[in-house]
Amino acid sequence: MNWQAVRTIFNHEMARFWRTPWESLASPVVSTVLYFVVFGAAIGGRIQSVEGISYGAFIVPGLIMLTVLQQSISNASSGIFFPKFIGTMYEILAAPVSFIEIVLGYVGAAALKSTIIAAVIYLTALFFVDLPMLHPFWALGFLVLTAFSFSLFGFLIGIWAKDWQQLQFIPLMVITPLVFLGGAFYSASMLPPFWEGVAKLNPVLYLVSGFRWSFFGQADVPVAASLIAVAIFLCLGLGAVWFIFRTGWRLRS
Amino acid sequence: MQPIIEVRDLSKTYASGTVALTDVTLDIHQGEILALLGPNGAGKTTFISITCGLVTPTGGSVRVGGHDVVRDYRAARSLIGLVPQEISVEMFETVINTIRFSRGLYGKAPDDAYLEGVLKSLALYDKRDAKLMELSGGMKRRVLIAKALSHGPKVLFLDEPTAGVDVNLRREMWGVVRRLREEGVTVILTTHYLEEAEEMADRIGVIDKGRLMLVRDKTELMHEFGHKRLTVELTEPLTALPAALADEGVALSEDGMHVSYDYDTRADRSGIARLLAGFAAEGVAVRDLSTEQSSLEDVFLRLVEEERA
Repeated sequence: MNWQAVRTIFNHEMARFWRTPWESLASPVVSTVLYFVVFGAAIGGRIQSVEGISYGAFIVPGLIMLTVLQQSISNASSGIFFPKFIGTMYEILAAPVSFIEIVLGYVGAAALKSTIIAAVIYLTALFFVDLPMLHPFWALGFLVLTAFSFSLFGFLIGIWAKDWQQLQFIPLMVITPLVFLGGAFYSASMLPPFWEGVAKLNPVLYLVSGFRWSFFGQADVPVAASLIAVAIFLCLGLGAVWFIFRTGWRLRS
Repeated sequence: MQPIIEVRDLSKTYASGTVALTDVTLDIHQGEILALLGPNGAGKTTFISITCGLVTPTGGSVRVGGHDVVRDYRAARSLIGLVPQEISVEMFETVINTIRFSRGLYGKAPDDAYLEGVLKSLALYDKRDAKLMELSGGMKRRVLIAKALSHGPKVLFLDEPTAGVDVNLRREMWGVVRRLREEGVTVILTTHYLEEAEEMADRIGVIDKGRLMLVRDKTELMHEFGHKRLTVELTEPLTALPAALADEGVALSEDGMHVSYDYDTRADRSGIARLLAGFAAEGVAVRDLSTEQSSLEDVFLRLVEEERA
């Protein structure tokens, strides 16, 4: 393993994150605060509580997951798309690094970035609501694994995309709807039985549910199902990466 | 000594069906400057891209320092530095950071003293903290060379280093390459400027339509294909060439003041002595003599024509 190269790519990506702290940190925080104002204060005033938890607190794990999913994908996809776009990819492909090392560098940095953003949102939320965390270890586990899995997806999108439109397409058309319909703002049990069944086909629901369980000890689906969902996401991402590693798809002609 | 690069029957057909290289076999020796010459689309960049790991060959092999570039890519690529044709850099990055990044990719521990030495040799030291967007085109090109040298490669590939570059910068680039050679770095450059190959290379390879047509020592090549022209300037004009002088290759200029003689440097006898004796015998007074060697450009055109004939 060329760990020096992994470290180099990782540090390079993190440097980009810290170079623009406003875009990197402030904008997710601002949008989270907006969610609090709109959903927590305006709507939450009418809902009062969901399964015994104040609505303002109830939406926090979902909000964090929503941001982690979006940030992981956008960070990792732009991270690898950028050198492709400006033409510096040659340097990475000509270096004595394996595809796995490239993935570790880019995906590791993207996952850490979205984990940092998640922590900042969590701290921001503490200003607004009382937020217990029953299982901190599990919360961290769900968070990190989700960040890593979706950073992998982002990385794949970045390799697949040939232009900026394609880069935006999947996050906008697939991920955002799944996240909004994934129970970030409501419990699946609040839905009519038919729609509850439909919601449970949404893989993102399992992530949100598991993460929420680690806060409040309550979940839409069994925690084991959430764990399996995270494992499936991770395996899908790793499988696709392995395919590219074997074939050089979209990287080497 | 074992060649630093051994290319055997290298072929590449792209997925689109384009045949870029056909059975290229070539040895490149340590410390030499090899110029690969050929028109656009001849396969020069494909050759470099395969050797550097950007393109996968469809047939044959390349070994760098004895390491196969596909099977043993880490060892092979560690020996190589690549300067691409296009200037692509991260505009917001500083010079020193961008070459630190390059060095790190090659798995080398940080060594700013070494990198500063590289920057000094390329006259970039003053610009080490400047952002790349602030540099001129020529400086950016030197930054690309600095990146390629950041890990101390044994072989440097320069893909069209002076394409679209002004005369001063081109001369400066040639100086850089010569210094590298003095340090023992093997340099392979592609160009379609014949002047460049003639100026810099020890050996010249000519690629056309994916085939390596020849690789030859430059002076040998010039000699082998070289024709020379002797021009004799007369003191008084001649109306016609005297019979004693009329021979194959001899011609009188329109104004009657010059007699030219084309001869082949490969022939046993040049025929110059006989021609000059003829002038003396005919009583034609000679003011001056000059000879002209055909340039690599002429050689190249002839080669391509011969191939097509």
